[in-house]
Amino acid sequence: MAESTTTRDFKVIGTRPIRPDGVDKVTGRAKFGADYAFPGMLHGKVLRSPHAHAIIKSIKIDKALKLPGVKAIVTSKDLPAAENKLEQSGEMTVNPMHLSMNILAHDKVLYDGHAIAAVAATSPHIAEEALRLIEVEYEVLPPVMTVDAATKPGAPILLKDLRNNEEGDKPTNVAQHYQFKRGDIAAGFKAADYVIEREFNTAMVHQGYIEPHNAVGIYNSDGQATIYCSTQGAFDVRSLSAQVLGMPVGKIKVVPAEIGGGFGGKTTIYLEPLSVLLSKKTGAPVKLVMSRSEVLRASGPTPGSKIKVKMGATKDGKLVAAEIWMAYQAGAFPGSPVAAGALCIIAPYTIENFLIDAYDVVVNRPKTAAYRAPGTTQAAFASETVIDELAEKCGIDPIDFRIKNGVKEGAPQVLGPPFKRIGFIQTCEAIKNSEHYKSKLTGKFRGRGVASGFWFNAGMQSSATVNIHTDGTASVVTGSPDIGGSRASMAMITAEVLGLPVTDVRPITADTDSIGHTDVTAGSRVTFATGMAVYEAAKDAERQLIERAAKVWEKKPDEVEFRGGMLHAKGNGVPPMSIKQLAPRFARTGGPITGRASVNARGVGPGFATTVVDVEVDPDTGKVQLLRCTVAQDAGKAIHPSYVEGQMQGGTAQGIGWALNEEYFYDDNGTLRNSGFLDYRIPTCLDLPMIETIIVEEANPGHPLGVRGVGEVSIVPPVAAVANAIYRAVGVRMTQTPMSPPKLLKAILKHRGATQHSAAAD
Amino acid sequence: MPTVVIPALLRKFTGGVERVEVPGKSIRELVQRLGERFPGIDRQLLQDGDIRPSIAVSIDGEIATGGVLDTVGENSEVHFIPALGGGEV
Amino acid sequence: MSKKTLVEATINGETVEFLCEPRQSLLETLRDVLELTGSKEGCLTGDCGACTVLVDGRPVCSCLMLGVEAQGKNIVTVEGLAINGVLHVLQNKFLEHAALQCGICTPGFLISAKSLLDRNPKPTEHEVRYALAGNLCRCTGYDKIVKAVLDAAADIRSQGEGKAAAR
Repeated sequence: MAESTTTRDFKVIGTRPIRPDGVDKVTGRAKFGADYAFPGMLHGKVLRSPHAHAIIKSIKIDKALKLPGVKAIVTSKDLPAAENKLEQSGEMTVNPMHLSMNILAHDKVLYDGHAIAAVAATSPHIAEEALRLIEVEYEVLPPVMTVDAATKPGAPILLKDLRNNEEGDKPTNVAQHYQFKRGDIAAGFKAADYVIEREFNTAMVHQGYIEPHNAVGIYNSDGQATIYCSTQGAFDVRSLSAQVLGMPVGKIKVVPAEIGGGFGGKTTIYLEPLSVLLSKKTGAPVKLVMSRSEVLRASGPTPGSKIKVKMGATKDGKLVAAEIWMAYQAGAFPGSPVAAGALCIIAPYTIENFLIDAYDVVVNRPKTAAYRAPGTTQAAFASETVIDELAEKCGIDPIDFRIKNGVKEGAPQVLGPPFKRIGFIQTCEAIKNSEHYKSKLTGKFRGRGVASGFWFNAGMQSSATVNIHTDGTASVVTGSPDIGGSRASMAMITAEVLGLPVTDVRPITADTDSIGHTDVTAGSRVTFATGMAVYEAAKDAERQLIERAAKVWEKKPDEVEFRGGMLHAKGNGVPPMSIKQLAPRFARTGGPITGRASVNARGVGPGFATTVVDVEVDPDTGKVQLLRCTVAQDAGKAIHPSYVEGQMQGGTAQGIGWALNEEYFYDDNGTLRNSGFLDYRIPTCLDLPMIETIIVEEANPGHPLGVRGVGEVSIVPPVAAVANAIYRAVGVRMTQTPMSPPKLLKAILKHRGATQHSAAAD
Repeated sequence: MPTVVIPALLRKFTGGVERVEVPGKSIRELVQRLGERFPGIDRQLLQDGDIRPSIAVSIDGEIATGGVLDTVGENSEVHFIPALGGGEV
Repeated sequence: MSKKTLVEATINGETVEFLCEPRQSLLETLRDVLELTGSKEGCLTGDCGACTVLVDGRPVCSCLMLGVEAQGKNIVTVEGLAINGVLHVLQNKFLEHAALQCGICTPGFLISAKSLLDRNPKPTEHEVRYALAGNLCRCTGYDKIVKAVLDAAADIRSQGEGKAAAR
């Protein structure tokens, strides 16, 4: 299936071995964060605000402290002062004051579910009882729930110190304005034969990982702390917790547990500093686990958005101008991914004239966190719908329209510099040539839609160690929590370089004291950047193997070659030697062999995906059933194709949930009314068809194995693809998510009324 | 001479000019020269002597990682863009 | 807080006695009292299925059942699927088909799938999807899970036919 441009001959890469952590995960042995238990461990629970926006006038904890079994209670008074300033923390940009305020509300609560106090007790039930005994006096303020409400004159201000880059010293809810432009949009629109202008609104949605956030904190009397937790970035948990707790980074060790999904949502901290604070107060290990309701109310979903897109094309189907205004709900603190959305919204196309204005707006909702290609799915819903409409106006097949305007190597990116080798057109052609797209869709109320998406992917810092054991097998140690099977890829890269069977390589995700700094598992970067570190570390081990063989053979290193897993002496007469044969002689030739590498990876290759979906709409209820779905994505090089397909399928399924079901539903008081999986409905297996995948392999020239990273971009096209399919099925252009039955039915009835009206007028 | 592409919202410092040729061999030199030519723009780009955490530097189409220490070539194109890596927390 | 109750049940083929508080769910009892942490907590409201166990052969969300209700019951958790270290065919098929990514939902899926195949050794794709609709997975899009279960069913059938032929 793979359309390979990577011509190198691999033995292990590209095969589908059983994942090394697999048996533990099918037998229940794998230890996730909530599975950790220690002697004398206490259980913590968090008191959360029932109000979306209120001043905390007082917190009384005496009654709760008197409950038998309660050992300690912490509030923001237990946190050190934090500075209101953007700082670099690892690769994250962090405002220490905002971070601290999100861990435990200082003087104000800013969303339903905002943490106020945490209790440690001998059982989770007692801790929960204690929460009910904590008395908080609030002065309730009007909630500000939408971009429109936050930006209208006289809107209540959430953060009194917030200022932006344009309004001077005026208090505001607009945290930041970004602008990107090229060419002359007035001239561009003048040249257009067709102009489409639409406004889109998307609901806030959650990553929906099945495993709730968790942490066990152990603070020792010598000032050393250890945190066990499920996280995408142990080093980030360490630096962010150090920030909040006012502790030196070196005094905290973070042990990453197996992680039950993250999708960007586990790149920050919530419970981790609380577990340490409570442990410090009690002298015992303290475990905290969120409930599902807490996860939805108080972790970091992705922003709802309001996006206005105006685009123009000439009759022959050339995009000539785009004007875009977009505003994202950051949540209670600044930092939505609106800039990423702005840079991605038209990234797949060459458009000579554009103006993009993007705004980051604070509202009384939980502080948003990353979610798979952050900020881009919302954006692509808007642009890819308008592009579909322009293709229709021009009478051009929507895939051909994309191919005609799509970016190729050398085309300028939104920021100006040219793309290096990319595979966007190839993803379009893969869909165009797919059995799915060539098949005929028949039947009433059925429609087919396509859409495409772009995501940058990320590089950043990674470390890796490859240890060769005395029997010639190896372990590969990295600092990247494995969220979707990446340990398999790390073992495969090591095995490929060293010519070992993959079963002879054991991959390990180490804690923060056992491996060099490694940035968060995010940005589709693990197989790319950590994979690069692993490749280099294995190469380092290979160099040492050559030196040792040279010593054994009493030759110079340049007289020894490593090929096909064997060491060869140049010239004749000497039989080749395997690593297994050499390994017992490590001690006599200089000691153990440990290959090491650390990278701040450059050469990131962006990812593209194109998706086609067939839907059937029930015109009486507005329910949409997915009939068929195919996604094509450029992986650069697929190390383990099954897990590449898995990423493509998982991202697509999340995109479909975003399109059809998922939304944060707040009432007028700013209370989240669907904080459970019953009402916050993610797709079940009955909602989805098989998700067909086509892996495109347009090698990334910036990576030794051609890898791009595949974790994110597949979530970008589905929302627009579903909307475009609905249009083909029932003639309705949906401009809001979710396209749930009530919303779609309303649109269908309105459309039916309009067409009947015009028919009557004829 | 390296070219610096001024972000749209900082073009108020350059009288609307988008592309500026600036002599220099490192990001530090480019920002310093920019500040000399367009007073105030350097303060928008720097914090505590290095590039602001909210800004990323792209040199010849690739995100650079060295802040003010990164070197630039004779014909390099440098962009200052919003930092995206890892997101803000 | 009321006193703990002594409960006797068969868990993964072994008769066990344990003490639990009346307010503790079966899930909490399994995880915190019996240290069987293979069953996972995803929601505590019976929506995600990560805590699914077999109770007298029927799939049950162990978060919705009390520990004391286990009295006299026969309970199978994910830890009881492999016999003497030999994986169940479903476990092998999940590995072969890469039917898990993060793995948090896997124990629940395996139990629900076992319950289906025990009842219906020849399910259609739709029947598999129907039987697994109470288990949420956010990583895979279900594609590889459904394929793994269908393949396991085929395997079990061919083994059955093999045994029948041998007789």
